[in-house]
Amino acid sequence: MEKNSLSEEIEKLVDLYGKERSSLLPILQAVEKKHKYISDFAQQEIARVLDIHPVEVFGVITFYSFLTHQPKGRNVVRLCQTITCDILGKKSVADAIQRELGIKFGETTKDKKITLEYANCLGMCDQGPAMLVNDQVYSHLTPEKAVEILSKIE
Amino acid sequence: MENKMKREGAVIFSEYQRGDAIKKAVSIGREDILFELKESKLRGRGGAGFPTSTKWMLTAAAKADKKYVICNADEGEPGTFKDRVLLLEYPELVFDGMVVGGYTIGAKEGIVYLRGEYEYMLKSLEDYLEEMRKDNLLGKNILGKQGFDFDIIIRLGSGAYVCGEETALIESLEGHRGEARNRPPFPVNTGLNGKPTTVNNVETFASVAHIVVKGGEWYRTQGTDKSTGSKLFSVSGDCKKPGVYELPWGTTVTELLNIVQAENTKAVQVGGASGVCIPKSQFDRKLGYEDLGTGGSIMIFNENRDMLHVLKNFMEFFVEESCGQCTPCRVGNTKLLEGVEMIERGEYTFGYINKLKELGETMKIASKCGLGQSSPNSFISILENFKEEIFNNGKGGKH
Repeated sequence: MEKNSLSEEIEKLVDLYGKERSSLLPILQAVEKKHKYISDFAQQEIARVLDIHPVEVFGVITFYSFLTHQPKGRNVVRLCQTITCDILGKKSVADAIQRELGIKFGETTKDKKITLEYANCLGMCDQGPAMLVNDQVYSHLTPEKAVEILSKIE
Repeated sequence: MENKMKREGAVIFSEYQRGDAIKKAVSIGREDILFELKESKLRGRGGAGFPTSTKWMLTAAAKADKKYVICNADEGEPGTFKDRVLLLEYPELVFDGMVVGGYTIGAKEGIVYLRGEYEYMLKSLEDYLEEMRKDNLLGKNILGKQGFDFDIIIRLGSGAYVCGEETALIESLEGHRGEARNRPPFPVNTGLNGKPTTVNNVETFASVAHIVVKGGEWYRTQGTDKSTGSKLFSVSGDCKKPGVYELPWGTTVTELLNIVQAENTKAVQVGGASGVCIPKSQFDRKLGYEDLGTGGSIMIFNENRDMLHVLKNFMEFFVEESCGQCTPCRVGNTKLLEGVEMIERGEYTFGYINKLKELGETMKIASKCGLGQSSPNSFISILENFKEEIFNNGKGGKH
């Protein structure tokens, strides 16, 4: 049977991180980063090569908020919702982003460009409001600044 | 993000050159390092405050073919960002402290568990480790000392606050859901992969680096008898100068508020969402294990803030971040949040609110790990210390 490209990719990740159970998170993180989610097929393949039950893989994915089993947009935007960002104007930033993108938090734009989420404390409490765009952090946001940052995302 | 800045402080932000602690460690030996640590009376800077020398002695004494040093960089407590500053601006302190740890307890592997939200610093940290390898501060026969092998890898978390709890962190590193383990056994005996493991906070390792170079006695010149040395405080909220400050333990809340130029302060949340919220009448209290112990988060709220809104934000956080493994935490936090929402709607009885406070006390005793044991703190302290604002607001209890 010919292996498809995802299987090959997962086997390469296993070569890189090792076949031990402790490699599971780095492998899941790599798949998530590239595909923006971990599909049923990917879960089964990871389970197969690590020799663990697929339900174990699913259990781990659903535990961590940065791992998902349903497709996301090409970019994930996470606005910090902790109280310090909140009192520094999180709400007006959140409203502006929702208006501009035409989606609510938890949703993905129709063109699959952006998934919008909240995050708990990004560790930028001295510079709030703050958001993560993929793995980049932006601080001291204003509604205008936030929208401008998002408009430059591809 | 703001650029790096020059900070000054008596201990952590004092003069230090990369490799200083490792050089000193190699010259004085394991026993002397443990002695200096004991002399320093350093307590873990993550918040729990366990004596570092005891933890290291137990791991050093444990017999095993493999041991680990783990740096807990899963800084997720609301209001805390000191580790971000240490990792970005003072990696030499953190990594040197870890190398000294490896040397002292006899571990060859060090792991930094970096929270997923800090992925943006991964490259610079890995580059830094590479520089240390080139200088023989990591790798084999470090600084020419035969058999002193130690290296550090960085592993990323994936957005789970509970993984800051050390046994949940270890579960995560082993590829599992980040659910806390039963204790005993403790990680010093049965940690990562069942091997003796010392898990310390970023700031603890940074403190160790200075203690090894300058001695435990020098360290004790700062702070108080029970809380020695200095502490990094992450200050945020209503003040003119938020940021990370190095202050001696024993500093009062009022003194801190003056330093950061906070005005019209109504409440200070000490220790993050899992800490306690104190009103103006208690601002003369001292920051330290004998009074207000904290991992470093200080959040300031002025007269304009609605404390019920603050409390609701905290409880939403805990409901979302509870791992769900134990019932007191999973159900308890949900019930406390419901209670806050009842107050918000004005649909409560004092009888029920008092029952919820009792539930909070039960959660502190019955929860499996630090999350559920500390999450009721803000519920109890805010409803107690700000009851006039919350219940007697002239709107029949409604907000």
